[in-house]
This record gives sequence, C-alpha cells and structure tokens, in this order.
Amino acid sequence: MTCHVPGVLKIVLQRLALGLVTLFVVSIVIFVAVNALPGDFAQVILGQGATPEAVAAIRRDLALDEPLVTRYVGWLGAILTGDLGTSFAQLNFQSSLGGGEMKTVASQIAPRFANTIFLAGVTAAIAVPVAVALGVLAALYRGSVFDRFTNIFTLSSVSSPEFFLAYMLILFLAVLNPMLPSLSNIYDGMAFSERLRATMLPALTLTLIVLAQMMRMTRAAIINLLASPYIEMARLKGISPMRVIVRHALPNALAPIINVIALNLAYLITGVVVVEVVFVYPGIGQLFVDAVKIRDIPVVQACCLIFAAAYILLNLTADILSILSNPRLRHPK
Amino acid sequence: MSRLLTINDLVLEGRSDESWSRIVNGVSLTLDKGEVLGLIGESGAGKSTVGLAAMGFTRDGVRIAGGSVEFDGIDLVNASANTKRNLLGKRIAYVAQSAAASFNPAHRLIDQHTEGPVVHGVMGRGESAEDGIELYRRLRLPNPEEIGFRYPHQVSGGQLQRAMTAMAMSCRPDLIIFDEPTTALDVTTQIEVLAAIRKIVEDFDTAAIYITHDLAVVAQMADRIKVLLKGDEVEEATTREMLDHPQEDYTKSLWAVREFQHAEKPLAPKGAVPVISVRNVTAGYGKIDVLQDVSFDIHEARTVAVVGESGSGKSTTARCITGLLPPRQGQILLDGEALPPDYRKRSKMQLRQVQMIYQMADTALNPRKTIAQIIGRPVQFYLGLRGKEKRRRVNELLEHIELDPAQFAGRLPGELSGGQKQRVGIARALAAEPKFIICDEVTSALDQLVAEGILRLLARLQDELQLSYMFITHDLATVRSIADEVVVMKDGVVVEQGPKTEMFTPPHHAYTDLLLSSVPEMDPDWLDKLLAERGVDNIGDAAVDKM
Repeated sequence: MTCHVPGVLKIVLQRLALGLVTLFVVSIVIFVAVNALPGDFAQVILGQGATPEAVAAIRRDLALDEPLVTRYVGWLGAILTGDLGTSFAQLNFQSSLGGGEMKTVASQIAPRFANTIFLAGVTAAIAVPVAVALGVLAALYRGSVFDRFTNIFTLSSVSSPEFFLAYMLILFLAVLNPMLPSLSNIYDGMAFSERLRATMLPALTLTLIVLAQMMRMTRAAIINLLASPYIEMARLKGISPMRVIVRHALPNALAPIINVIALNLAYLITGVVVVEVVFVYPGIGQLFVDAVKIRDIPVVQACCLIFAAAYILLNLTADILSILSNPRLRHPK
Repeated sequence: MSRLLTINDLVLEGRSDESWSRIVNGVSLTLDKGEVLGLIGESGAGKSTVGLAAMGFTRDGVRIAGGSVEFDGIDLVNASANTKRNLLGKRIAYVAQSAAASFNPAHRLIDQHTEGPVVHGVMGRGESAEDGIELYRRLRLPNPEEIGFRYPHQVSGGQLQRAMTAMAMSCRPDLIIFDEPTTALDVTTQIEVLAAIRKIVEDFDTAAIYITHDLAVVAQMADRIKVLLKGDEVEEATTREMLDHPQEDYTKSLWAVREFQHAEKPLAPKGAVPVISVRNVTAGYGKIDVLQDVSFDIHEARTVAVVGESGSGKSTTARCITGLLPPRQGQILLDGEALPPDYRKRSKMQLRQVQMIYQMADTALNPRKTIAQIIGRPVQFYLGLRGKEKRRRVNELLEHIELDPAQFAGRLPGELSGGQKQRVGIARALAAEPKFIICDEVTSALDQLVAEGILRLLARLQDELQLSYMFITHDLATVRSIADEVVVMKDGVVVEQGPKTEMFTPPHHAYTDLLLSSVPEMDPDWLDKLLAERGVDNIGDAAVDKM
C-alpha cells in the first residue's frame, strides 16, 4: 500500500548509471569527431603563408603531435579531476606574448553557460505552461476554429527561420512599440528584473520555436486517450468535458508530454546560436561557434560534453518523471 | 408501479466509411421503477448500443436516427448536453463490462467514487466517501474501510466490478445500465458479483437494464427478458415464461446450444505411451513459482480439458509444453521421449508435433497477410512444400475447416467474422500436421452458436486425424461437451484429475465442487438456492480468502 520507494529508487539509480555510461561513450565520439575536423589550431591560426616549421612548433607546444589515444586519456583524466583544460588561444598568446593572466576553459564557459541556462529557464517558464494549456484547449475543442488556428499558428512559427521570428518580434515589440530592448545587454551584477527584461525578446522568440511540438504532443496524447473506456465512464458519470480532459485524460497522458518537453528544453540549451547572434546574447552558443572556427579543441570539447550532459540529464529527468506519473510503478500491488 | 423509461421504435445508425447503415431497427422497451429488464443477444445484436441510448448517449460513429427515449418525462433524444449531463451519473448510472479498463488508472477508487456526488452536488466529498465505504461493506468487499484508498491495478477484477457497482450507486440513481458486468470474470467470482448486484438493486429499489449474452446469468437477474438479434427485436416475456416457453426459433436455438456432446471415447489401453506427458513440472516467472509439481498425460486422439480460474496456471502449463517457458524442474515427454525444455533447442520435427490455437483469433493472425499466406507459411516451413503443391495443400486445409478456398484464400483476416478467423487459426495449426494441439480458451471470445460450430469442427478433426487436444478453458459447459479427461488446477497445483464422467459425478474435491456448482443454470431460482446452500456469509469469506 505505501509508496514503494526502494523500487523507484532502484530504477532511478539504474538510469543514472546508464546515463554515465552514455556520457563516457559520447566523450569518445566527441574527441574522435573533433579531432577529425579538417585542419587544426596551428594551421588556422597561422593562415595560408605558414611555414611547416612554425606549424610544427605550435603543434609541439600544444601537444598536438602526440597520438590520439594518449591525448584522449590525458583529456579524460583531467576532466575527471574537474579540469576542462585551457583554451589553445590562451596558451598560444601566452607563449608568444608571455605573462598575463591565463583563463581556463571552465572560467571561460561558466558565465556564458549561466546566461544560457537563464535564457532557457525563462523560455521554459513561458513556453511549457502555454503549450500544455493550448494543447488541452485544442483537445477539448478539437476540430473547431480555435483548434485549427492554434495548429496553424504554432506550425507556422516553428516552420519560420529563427532570425525571421526574431526580427519580427524586434519590429513589433522594440521598434514600433518600444517596450523591450532589442539587444540583450547582460552584465555582471544587474538586477533580476533588468536581466529578465533584457532576456525577454530572445525568450519569446525561442518560445515560438518550441511551442508547436509540445502543444501538438499534448493535444495528440490526450486525444489518443479519449476512446478509452475510463473516459467513456467519466462522460457517463455526467462529468463536464473540460474536467474529463484535465482530470481523467491528462494525468494518463503525462509520460509522452514530459518526454517532448525534455527534448525541447535540451534544444534550448544546445541549439540557440542564431537567436544569440541576433540579440547579441552572451550565451554558450556563440562561444562554441567561435571555438570551432579556430579549432580551439579544448573549448569545443568542453562545450560538446556539456551539451551531451544536458541532453542525458534532461532525458533522464523525463524518464524518472514518466515513471513517477505511472501509479502502477508508484504503488505496486 | 410508475413508468421510468420508455423507448419507442428506436433506430440507431453506425458509420462505416462515409455512409450510415442501420445497426438497430426500431427497438421499443419500457421499464417501471424498481424493475430489472434483461437484454440478451449475441455480439452485434446491438444490445450495448441500445443500453447506452437509454442514457441518451451514443459512441463516436453512432447516431440516433429515429424513435424516442423518454426518461421520467424527459426526452433524451432532443435534450441538451447540459440536461443530459445533469442526469448521467446522478439519476442514470452505468456499469461497464471491464471494470479494470473503466476505472481511471490514475486515481484512487474512492476519489472516483465521490466524483459523481460532488460534481452533481448530491453530497459533499467526506459524506460521499463515508457512504462509499458503507456501499463497499454492503457489496461484501474485503476491508471496506481501506480498499477505496487503492488504485485500480491493486484490486482484483471481481472486486473492481463490485466497486464499480458501488460507484454507480453513489448518487442513488433511479436506473442503472449493467453492460455485461460479469462476462470477464471467473465463474466463482461471477457469483459473488451477481449476488452483490442483485442485493443492492433490491435494497435501493433501483431499476436496471441488464445486458448479457449469457441466458443463465440473465435468468438470475431479470424480471423480464428481451431478446435481440442483429438490431431487431425477437421477443420479450417475463423471465419464467421465456425460459419455459420460448416462442421464436432463434430463442429456442439459444436455449439448445449447450446440447452438443462429443461421443465419449474408450480409455487409453494400459501401458500405452501418452502423446504428451507433463512430469512434475515446476515453473514460474522471476522468483515466483506459478506451477508446482504439475503432472498429467494426454493420450492419442483424446481431449484433456485443463480447467481453473484465471491465475491458476493453465496458460503457464501450455507455455511449458510449447517450450516458451522452460520449466525449473520436471520434464515434458513427447511419445515417451523428453523434449528439450527450450523451444529453440527443439528440432523442426519436435516443433511440428506441438501446435497452438489461441483465444483471440483477432490478434493471433497477421492482419496484413492473406489467409492463404497465413496457412501457407507453416505448410512451407514444416513440410517444405512450394508453388502448386503448397497451394493445393492450403486449399485442402481450407476445405477441412469448412471454408471455401475460392472465396477465402485471398482475403485478409479483417474481412472475416470471429468464427471464421478462429477456423483459420485451426487450419494454421493443422498445417504442420501435428499430433497434439493446445487449444487456449479458443471459444471464449465467440458467441455460443459460433462456439458450438468450432467445437464440432475440432471434434470432427480429432476423429478423422487422431489428434490429441489439451483444452484450456474456464467454461465447464465446454468441458462437458468435448473433454475425455479433466485436470482441475488451482494456484498452480493440480487439485484433481480423471475421466470426465468421474469428475462430473460426486464426490468431488472441494474446489472442483465449488467450480461446478458456480456455473449458472437456466433456472431463475438457481442463485437463491445456491446462496442459501452456501450460506450468504461464505461468499464474503471466499472473497476475503482471495486477498
């Protein structure tokens, strides 16, 4: 009768262990893939007129001439001790210019990542409730004008290029009605409300992008259940259509909805470069793209690893929440 | 008595593709306060549709095309959704066939029980919960104070069915529609539910429409019976009149169904090697043993019926014999030779000898393959026939099961009726030319007339081909008509076994006796007599034992 904690705990621990294994495999894939990129830091930084000697010197300095496996083991070992390494750009400038403060990859990424998480959080706080509410209403009034309008609106917003949505929002909310700043000027020590205001336009743009999938899944998962005998039973008890959907269908439709929400949140953390560029938002996406351009491998790898961890962690959370939403698992016989 | 419900010349239409076709042709009925009407017919007779229409409700793809439904002066056909919502649950309640599917898996029983009274403003939540506990007690549910706080999956089928009856009673309605409430239950559980339903309907003087395909059940429950066939009324009379003097041929044929009797065969000679021998088998899933030390023999051209309630280990025994579930201990012998426990280790010859026919022909046939492909697959796999020879063999098999090859070979399973699909299932088993066939509840999803046809076919094939059958069933009427020997199982143990005639003559093992006496008989007084015999309290105790 009582909640069967050991059973659920066991499943959670199993998933967690599985997540770690996945992360390990992903680390290998990242390392191999990043090193398979054409050209390396030495070639990119020295440009076309580089002499072979100069390239070799930089490679030697950065230990790029060692075998792949040795470098991987060294990298992984460092990560396990919490050291993400030092950016090639930093190392190179230091060796050529000498002295100066050296920034580690971790200290480079940390503030950017915090900004990204803030943006994702604000977006999720707007998008998830709106998507679920629209999905519930669309399921309730399925086939109606409202249902069709919601579908057309969310589908067209998800199908439009991100920069287009961003510029449209800037046009309407910053230029024609100057309510929000068109550039996200984020700096240390700014007040929460200020920060929220600066983040609002990128967050709204992202909301338009992630809304469709979550809303449509909510609608589909609910409609899928409407033919169930227990829904018919609820109707035959004289329950109102809204209550039938919210109380009888939604709790049983949670698992697929949670999974789609998790996928979209993962996208918010990893895939928002265009929006960052448009609003000059100092997130991790731009840092990542810049690092790829100059083959700054430690930064690229660290970013990839963070993205992978975010995906795994969010999917893991979704799995666990799906399990918890199932009374059969919460309350075994 | 005052009139509660009047249905006049009700016509219902169902949508298939883009057109509407009639599924109920002008059914009329009346119901007085406190009266119970039995609505009986085979599947497709339209009885559930009529039952729902009596609530002013139609499923998706069904519409009321004519006639009237009047409940206590309210015209339900033309009433607004709001008016109907105010009646449903409050004055007209519904008890569905599968309580397990009709309770919401996400909420506790008591929360679902109190929802109706709270929404309709009949009682407050606390008052309704207390009332629910009282109803659970009246319906003889075990631990009435506590059972409501469980989720549906934590409660057994028979208990859920009673909890659903309690839920229907929660607003003290004037009318309850019971839609096959005991069809999915074992005979022993069925009695508890029948007794509980009858008692509570009498206690509160509630009117009811009781829908079922089982005559013996309806005879216990109804004051009057109405027979439907393919959406048409056949006849209506009081229960006793209907049982004693059925007027129409169709009604008489329903009564006669259980008379089929396969000629009893002589006992196998002493020392004969059984075709299949189950020896001291213990098996289970995970850490739990589902079977314990099960042993029985099946001889050539004989039928062994394995009977017992759900969960008694009948199907697990079949899985051990087919090698799907290797036993922990014990052996399966084929013609005296031990079979490898795992089907993957068995030779093609060994696999061929043991075939299966399944309960749900619907799900056991691949919907995307034609009948000829379904039957042709084992013909090619086991016998190596191809091309013209394969086609000839498939046609021969179709003739065996009395389906015209020219007409059926090219069809998909979806284009066949339930009985025809089950025949294809039989042909597929025969295609391997086995010695032994396991029939797992092969008739329980079929209407009585169709089921009888299947039993006759199996009996004929046995006589012609010297087949041995293991017949898994919970229906003792089927056992009576087809079995030579009976094995009674309970909780994974064989409690009694022997020739059929011995098993059906006293003295029985106590459990066999319980099973036999629980099969409803076509006598309106049967349930009363049985309850008096057992003492009503025993039924409650039996339920507690099952916890």
